[in-house]
Amino acid sequence: MTALYFVTLAILVAAAFLIGRHRAQSLIAGGAPSLHSLPSYHGMLPMAAVLVAMLLTFVIGSNIVARYAQSSSLAMLGAETVADPLKRSAGFRDIQNIAIGKHSGDVPMLLKEAAEQFASASTFGNWMVYGLGTLLGLFAMGYFISRISPVYRARNIFETFILVVMGICATVAILTTIGIVFSVLFETYRFFFDPSLKGRPTVSQFLFGTEWNPQAALRADQGDIKTAFGFVPLLTGTLLITAIAMIVAGPLGLFSAIYLAEYATPRFRAWVKPILEVLAGIPTVVLGFFAALTVAPLIRGWGEAYGLSVASESALAAGLVMGMMIIPFISSLSDDVINSVPQSLRDGAYALGATKSETIKNVILPAALPGIVSAFMLAISRAIGETMIVVMAAGLAANLTANPLEAVTTITVQIKTILVGDQEFDSAKTLAAFALGFVLFVVTLILNIIALQVVRRYREQYD
Amino acid sequence: MDMSQQTLTPEKAVTQQVPTSAKVVARDVNVYYGEKHALKDVSINIPDKSVTAFIGPSGCGKSTFLRCINRMNDTIPSCRVKGTITIDAQDIYDPALDVVQLRARVGMVFQKPNPFPKSIYENVAYGPRIHGMSRSKADLDQIVESSLRKASLWEEVKNRLQESGTALSGGQQQRLCIARAIAVSPDIILMDEPCSALDPIATAKIEELIDELSQNFCIIIVTHSMQQAARVSKRTAFFHLGLLLEEGETNEMFTNPTNEKTQAYITGRFG
Ligand SMILES: Nc1ncnc2c1ncn2[C@@H]1O[C@H](COP(=O)(O)OP(=O)(O)O)[C@@H](O)[C@H]1O
Ligand SMILES: [Mg+2]
Repeated sequence: MTALYFVTLAILVAAAFLIGRHRAQSLIAGGAPSLHSLPSYHGMLPMAAVLVAMLLTFVIGSNIVARYAQSSSLAMLGAETVADPLKRSAGFRDIQNIAIGKHSGDVPMLLKEAAEQFASASTFGNWMVYGLGTLLGLFAMGYFISRISPVYRARNIFETFILVVMGICATVAILTTIGIVFSVLFETYRFFFDPSLKGRPTVSQFLFGTEWNPQAALRADQGDIKTAFGFVPLLTGTLLITAIAMIVAGPLGLFSAIYLAEYATPRFRAWVKPILEVLAGIPTVVLGFFAALTVAPLIRGWGEAYGLSVASESALAAGLVMGMMIIPFISSLSDDVINSVPQSLRDGAYALGATKSETIKNVILPAALPGIVSAFMLAISRAIGETMIVVMAAGLAANLTANPLEAVTTITVQIKTILVGDQEFDSAKTLAAFALGFVLFVVTLILNIIALQVVRRYREQYD
Repeated sequence: MDMSQQTLTPEKAVTQQVPTSAKVVARDVNVYYGEKHALKDVSINIPDKSVTAFIGPSGCGKSTFLRCINRMNDTIPSCRVKGTITIDAQDIYDPALDVVQLRARVGMVFQKPNPFPKSIYENVAYGPRIHGMSRSKADLDQIVESSLRKASLWEEVKNRLQESGTALSGGQQQRLCIARAIAVSPDIILMDEPCSALDPIATAKIEELIDELSQNFCIIIVTHSMQQAARVSKRTAFFHLGLLLEEGETNEMFTNPTNEKTQAYITGRFG
């Protein structure tokens, strides 16, 4: 049914375009005064009209049909079933299974009849939608084709149509973002202020507490085991690992970008750049077990050789591997930015007798700075948001430490830990994940704003 | 990369035929971009403390020849230069010569103003800094001020030296680029169509400036404007399809060209 609908849609769309364009072309051939719009616009306008009419009919119509088929078939199972949500969904599942013939065993008469009702209502409704859609499509097509004339402003109307489509897409994207933010915000609010929640912290306990121990909150019946939602160790853990990652990736990424952009031959660059970018495509799970199984033991071995005590899961291992992960972000973006610095600036410096490295240091890098900063910010955002590597390599212990040889944990890892497994949705422990998510969001947002400011301040200094 | 192949055969050591006033002497200069032969057997003497203009239809090799004089062609991997060019009787393609020092002696101003995205002060101070020309901050301030004065820009920018050089108008930017070149005290200033991106008023200012500068510098200017060549230059060289067709006193060349191609170009019949 759906397939047929879309085949018809495709045919009508093609027909609308061809007929419309042909009409306009024959106007020209018939010696009409010059057309306001190109013939292709006279084709695209009816095409767009058919597309919109039929898609809207399909979405709205199928929705109505589905609801009607469901409610009318359920009604046959009696008022009691309809009223109870659990029975209702179970009943409807049965009806659907019988209707598509997947139900095994004996089927009560009542259910069978309901299923038949469901099937016939669906079929009938879908044919109605098909008929209506085709009709509306034909009508839309006919309307716009009948209006074709030399003075008809098909181009302007089509441009407006495109504008509206773009606007709707942008609105959907924005609304989705706002929706996500608000749902997180709402749960965060409950975490701090819902009076029915046991063991919830105050905002200042959360923001300034130095102990993180959400596990205990579940076992309230075991007496007064201390729960703690102090967020500071998670923040320091996140920052520690991010800092290690940036210490690794910053210089490596930037220097390889400079090498690629300024020193490498075009052939070498054409080979190496894609290889570097592959590094960005390695799934973080793979990097995670590389960190846990290869890098962490290596570090521990070295540490012991120098008489240092190294935890088997260390911030250093996670940070190093995370640094590897973000090298391509920095190198690839910075390389693009450096390449887009105008050649005229290089020429200006060379003509003054600057050497290559002087030119790079004093002219190219300052000019490319805004782009490089935003590459770094993007890399930092990635590092802060990264979960898998840390879960596998840095552990879960919320230690408040600046020692990279100890185990630490991060915001994202704790969110994941809290939400994995069976959950009571209303416990403080679960809601803590939302609070963490919200803080993470704010931190990333602040970073992005800083990056934008930097970029804006230095932009348009060359063109 | 072999960019500075030269022919040092004795019969090509021609400096002795050159009038003593010649600052730049080129003999049999050939330039190739890969397979493309862009400049063919160009020989010319360019006098000091005067303005020499290069004219000719676009693509004839004016910029290419100009870029040979400060070896900017070294930065183009595919480019090979053959022949001899001397400045003050010193071969500039001599492998022993330091190109950094050469470029300090031969400044260049480009077609499109290209100030660095730095402050006005830093733009001018950049050259003296990398060549270690100033011993103190006061020294540097002095160089910056005098360079800006020589470029007739000082009065306009003296109160905003810390503002970005790119915030200036096109004409001011070009004068800033001239100041930047002057700051390393070169003997020669190369200008590649320095006014082609400017409006008539800014152009007039630059031309006036070129006239002033010619008292102290050897100036070589590429221009596509016949009038400009006539206005600013003492000597003119006419290039066509990679050849130097005619060269001489500007007055004479514009009133009485010997080559018919030159005449056709000057009178606007092609190019
Ligand atoms: N970087 C380059 N690579 C290859 N060919 C070039 C390059 N620069 C200039 N050319 C060629 O050399 C010839 C002379 O160019 P150019 O000196 O820029 O001419 P003009 O300045 O007189 O307009 C042109 O045919 C041009 O295509
Ligand atoms: Mg040119």
